[in-house]
Amino acid sequence: MTGLRYLNNVSTLRLDTARCNGCRMCIVVCPHGVFAVTQRKARIIDLDACMECGACELNCPEDALRVKAGVGCASAIIQGAIRSTEPSCGCDSKESSCC
Amino acid sequence: MSKKEQSRQWIIGEVTVNGTKIPIVDTKLISADRLGSYKARWGIGRMRYIVEPGLYAAGKPSAGSPVFVSANYKMSFDRLRSQLKGIDGWILVLDTKGINVWCAAGKGTFGTDELIRRIRAVNLTDVISHRKLILPQLGAPGVSAHKVREVSGFMVKYGPVRAEDIPAYLNAGRNATAKMRQVNFGFTDRAVLIPNELIQSAKYFLPAAACFFLLSGVGADIYSAERMIRYGLFSAAIFSAAYVIGITLPPLLLPWLPGKAFSVKGASVGLILAVAVGLYFIYNPESYRNVFGAAAWLFIIPAATSFTAMNFTGCSTYTSPSGVRREMRAAVPIQIVLATVGAGLWITGLFA
Ligand code: SF4
Ligand code: SF4
Repeated sequence: MTGLRYLNNVSTLRLDTARCNGCRMCIVVCPHGVFAVTQRKARIIDLDACMECGACELNCPEDALRVKAGVGCASAIIQGAIRSTEPSCGCDSKESSCC
Repeated sequence: MSKKEQSRQWIIGEVTVNGTKIPIVDTKLISADRLGSYKARWGIGRMRYIVEPGLYAAGKPSAGSPVFVSANYKMSFDRLRSQLKGIDGWILVLDTKGINVWCAAGKGTFGTDELIRRIRAVNLTDVISHRKLILPQLGAPGVSAHKVREVSGFMVKYGPVRAEDIPAYLNAGRNATAKMRQVNFGFTDRAVLIPNELIQSAKYFLPAAACFFLLSGVGADIYSAERMIRYGLFSAAIFSAAYVIGITLPPLLLPWLPGKAFSVKGASVGLILAVAVGLYFIYNPESYRNVFGAAAWLFIIPAATSFTAMNFTGCSTYTSPSGVRREMRAAVPIQIVLATVGAGLWITGLFA
C-alpha cells in the first residue's frame, strides 16, 4: 500500500456471507487487499480501500459479492452527465486515451 | 501507416506447431521499443501503438509451457515479453483495441468473451497439452475465471499485477504473494501519466489562454493592441501556469497534498500559485491593470487547478466511482462559483 487513501464510506461493495464457500478467489483478484478469509468465510477487512473495480464480483464463483463497478474518472462522469449515459472514459475514441 | 505495416523488429523467428506458424518474440527491448513507449506517453501515434492479436512464442516453448495472456497495446505486450528472458512460454494477445490491460478490463474488451474467442481463433488446444492460462491480475475486472473454465475448459490463474514479478511468481510455483497482488500508485506510476494529461487538456486550456490574451485589449475605448500586449501576455501566462501546475503538481505531490479529495489537493496547489501571483502584483503594481483584474486570479487559479486535479482521478488506481461522484457533487458547484466570480471580476477589470 502506498498509503494513499480515498474517501471513506462510499464503496457499494456487499458480501453475502451465506453464499460464500471460502474459495479465496476474491483475495486473489482484489488489487487493494479488501478481503480476508477466516474459517472458510470471506470477510471485508478494508472496505474503504475498495475502488469498485468489479474484479471480485466477476470472479466469485458463488455470486456472493455485489459491487457497482465502473470508471472512477471525473471526465467520464461529466461526459456521462452531459450525454445522460453511463459514464465511460474516452479510451476507445480515436483521438484520445485517458489511461 | 497501417496496423500491419508497423515494423515488427521484435519478431526474431518462427516455430511451427501442427502446421501453424507462430512468431517468436525477442525478450529484449530495443531502442525502437523504448522510443515507441516514450512517444505513446506523449500521445504521439498512441492509437496505432498496437500488436496484432494472436499467439506468440518466447524462447523455445513446448506443449507443456505456460501461456501468458496480454493486451494488444504494445506497451503492455512489451512489458510482458521483456520479463520472459530465459523463460519458455507462449503469449496469447487479446484484441483490446490497443488499450492497456487495466483499462481494457474495465471496459470488458480484455474480457471473458474475447479470451474465449481468442483461445479458439488460435487453436490453442492444438498447440499446448495443458489447460491453464496465466492472466495479469489487472485483467480480473473484465474476466470471469469460472465462466472461462465452464465454456472453454481453460483454467485461469491470475499472475502478479506487475510484469516484473513474473519470474518470482513462476519460481514460487505460480503463486502471487500479497505484495504482488497489490496495486501501487507510486511516484513513477503517477509521473509517467503527466505528458498525456498535458496533451489531452491542451485543447481546452490553450484556447482559453488565447482568449485571456486577446480580450485584454478590450476596454472602455473598445480596443487597444498595446494594452493587449501589456496585460494580455501576462494574463495568458498566469492562466497557462495554472494549467501546467494544475496538471503536473497534484500527481507528483499526491500523498503530501492536504485532503483526500483530488479537488481539494488541486485547489491547494492553486492557492499557492494565487498567493505567489498576488505577491508579485503587490511588488510590481505596473504589471496589472486594476484591482479587479488582479483579484480575479485568486478565484480563477484555484478553480482551474481544482478541476484539473479532479480529472486526474481517471488515472488513479485507487479512486472508486462512488467516491468520485461524491467528491464531484461537492466540488463542481464550488469550482463553477469560483470560476464565475473570477471571470466576472476579470471582465469588470477590462472596463473599470
Ligand atoms: S470469491 Fe466468493 S465464494 Fe470465494 S471466498 Fe470470496 S466471497 Fe467467498
Ligand atoms: S471491487 Fe475491486 S477493489 Fe473493490 S473489493 Fe472488489 S476487487 Fe477489491
